[in-house]
Amino acid sequence: MSRISEEISKTRNRFSLFSKLQKNRDLGPDFWKEAEEMLIQADVGVKTSVSLIAELKDLSKKQKLTSSQDLIECLKENLKKVLSASERNLNVVGNPAVWIFVGVNGVGKTTSIGKLAFWRKSLGFQVVMAAGDTFRAAAAEQLEKWAQECNSILIRGGEGADPSSVIFDAIEHAHSASIPLVLADTAGRLHTKTNLMEELSKIERVAGKGSGTVTEILLTLDATTGQNGLEQAKKFAAAVDVTGIILTKLDSSSRGGIIFAIQEEIGIPVKFIGIGEGSQDLIQFDPDDFVEALFDFQPEN
Amino acid sequence: MFDTLTDRLGDIFGRLKSKGRLSESQISDVLDEVRIALLEADVNLEVAKNFQENVFSRCLEAEIHKALNPAQQVIKAVNEELISILGGESLTISFAKKSPTIILLAGLQGVGKTTNAVKLAKWFKSQGRNPLLIGADLQRPAAVEQLRTLAKSIDIPVFSQNNDPVAVASQGIEEARQTGRDVVICDTAGRLTIDEKMMQEIREISDAIEPHYTFLVVDAMTGQDAANIAESFDNKLSLDAMILTKLDGDARGGAALSAKSVVGKPIAFASTGENIDDFEQFHPDRLASRILGMGDVLTLIEKAEVAFDEEETKRATQKLISGQFTLEDFLDQMQQLKKMGPMENIIGMMPDLPPGADPSDVDESRLVRMEAIITSMTSEERNSPAIIDGSRRSRIAKGSGTSVQEVSLLLKQFKEIKRMMKGSVKPRKKNKRKGSNKRKKSKPSSRVKQKSQLDDLDSGTVGEFDLSEFGTFSN
Repeated sequence: MSRISEEISKTRNRFSLFSKLQKNRDLGPDFWKEAEEMLIQADVGVKTSVSLIAELKDLSKKQKLTSSQDLIECLKENLKKVLSASERNLNVVGNPAVWIFVGVNGVGKTTSIGKLAFWRKSLGFQVVMAAGDTFRAAAAEQLEKWAQECNSILIRGGEGADPSSVIFDAIEHAHSASIPLVLADTAGRLHTKTNLMEELSKIERVAGKGSGTVTEILLTLDATTGQNGLEQAKKFAAAVDVTGIILTKLDSSSRGGIIFAIQEEIGIPVKFIGIGEGSQDLIQFDPDDFVEALFDFQPEN
Repeated sequence: MFDTLTDRLGDIFGRLKSKGRLSESQISDVLDEVRIALLEADVNLEVAKNFQENVFSRCLEAEIHKALNPAQQVIKAVNEELISILGGESLTISFAKKSPTIILLAGLQGVGKTTNAVKLAKWFKSQGRNPLLIGADLQRPAAVEQLRTLAKSIDIPVFSQNNDPVAVASQGIEEARQTGRDVVICDTAGRLTIDEKMMQEIREISDAIEPHYTFLVVDAMTGQDAANIAESFDNKLSLDAMILTKLDGDARGGAALSAKSVVGKPIAFASTGENIDDFEQFHPDRLASRILGMGDVLTLIEKAEVAFDEEETKRATQKLISGQFTLEDFLDQMQQLKKMGPMENIIGMMPDLPPGADPSDVDESRLVRMEAIITSMTSEERNSPAIIDGSRRSRIAKGSGTSVQEVSLLLKQFKEIKRMMKGSVKPRKKNKRKGSNKRKKSKPSSRVKQKSQLDDLDSGTVGEFDLSEFGTFSN
């Protein structure tokens, strides 16, 4: 069993939505209703859930599927197909390559940067971290602790410094020291704050003027988030060129079903998932694992 | 925040109004849509289903009231049920006979515990209390530094040590006793409800400090899981209330309904922005009316009362009506409005936002520029704008760091506002006279409409804030 399935099924053992469904072998009208409700409870959203189930109904008629097990397999395939629609490559080509982390408050941007730094270091690459969250009290200190732990360089500005210039400095530093990757933190911001979203566009612009290349802008999204996640993704994607999503806190009892709507409506793929507080607890996203884990269940003893 | 739910219910009720008496199955269809709206607002599935059932039975009972039309009945039933879920009463904090009064904060990672610990402390301080903050989040790097920095800005002491959280919490209480602090707020690490070790730890903290109040901090953007999360924390800690955070976003906030209905404890406070002062006591009844699209009229009036100098406003209103309103008065009003807080918060509270209006679109910097333009005028110019010719305009533009076009635009807008204000009173008088000259039967509908407009004017503040004015600011 893969790491993600392992982590996620820990919670699914107790919370699996689909266990009831799989036991139900009859294809009565209840099956469709229950399947739809289970998707809704996973935060997939009403609209997406309804259309997924409608698609499944069509398929069951066409292929004359009668067992719930077969239908569940079809549903899984459809879900995997949705999540596989976009490339999930990570671009590290640049001198340096620059990854900027954006998202609303409290989703885990700083922690994700810390974990990613560990990951890159474990592959033998140096990173420079940029403390671009100059707003939240002690955000730079939080990143500093990660930098110390993984023995990386952190570039930070003074209290209330301009985030663009802090990130720019980090890029120039990485360039002159020939360090291939800059991980740039930004302050959490609600996507409804127009001026703060403009600040983000500026950060992207200024970072692009440095010696490096901005290759990834990763929107960090809390798996606990409900339908508002779609709005977040839309507004952030409108402000900056978001290349992927980091879905954090997937070790919780939440399922992060909003990523289906995000993929379908704005075509932004999930690239990483966060599954714990440890330095190793950020892994690359695999749609098959994710969907299997969503359905995974062990019969209760 | 609840905009979309408001829209959604608005659509449904709009359709209802055009129908006569409703059959049972029609009510049921409508309530199906209400349920979908609730689900889209992240209300937990089970909670939404219960909601639907309860409203349905309320509607059937309400059939007896023949006085109400069907739309009114459904609105009444939905409103009543919303209020009953969100929890009629707000929490009143009674202070412990033997100080300090101890408050424990709990919640998932990233919901805003640390920030809200400080906001809560500030709130107690403004009530004349002397709070102490305990930093018992030893998990997240630099969490205690964050707490210290924020607390320092409002001059509230923090107790923390590099120890285990249970010990830090108990020592913090001891510290409060010795230093004579009468309220203690204990910040804790974020934790997942399925992390049994961490849930046990917060239980131990709770057992050690025996808090008078335990608050769960809930992110307004939480999805379906909000109900389970609240339930798990309640089972472990027996919650007293909740603090709802990030309400300044556009999350529809179904989490509030879910959490509230599952644990049955009130939402005591709401956090509405990143500043330490963006924190207020939560009013469930107001939230319910906001969900139904009536706007948070009460909050708006309350804010306006605090910020506006009544005499000053009366004077300005008089001037407006009589047409003697000057740029000087305009500036005063702008400054008073600013005291009420960020414009987008104020507009968000208003009822009947036009569809597509986004409070966050209001360009606050535009107000600042207008202020700069007016303050760059001589007092003669402010009192009689008509004398501002081309050369005065360019001087004012230079002085305020704006452009001649902006100065001209402002003068034009001011003229327009003056004209509208004068107009908003006069035609009414005229119509009234006209109406009374005509025979009674002539136009009953327009008279009814006119009456309700006058009612709005009498009943106060809200009707007088004309949204179109904000529109002209941001254009």
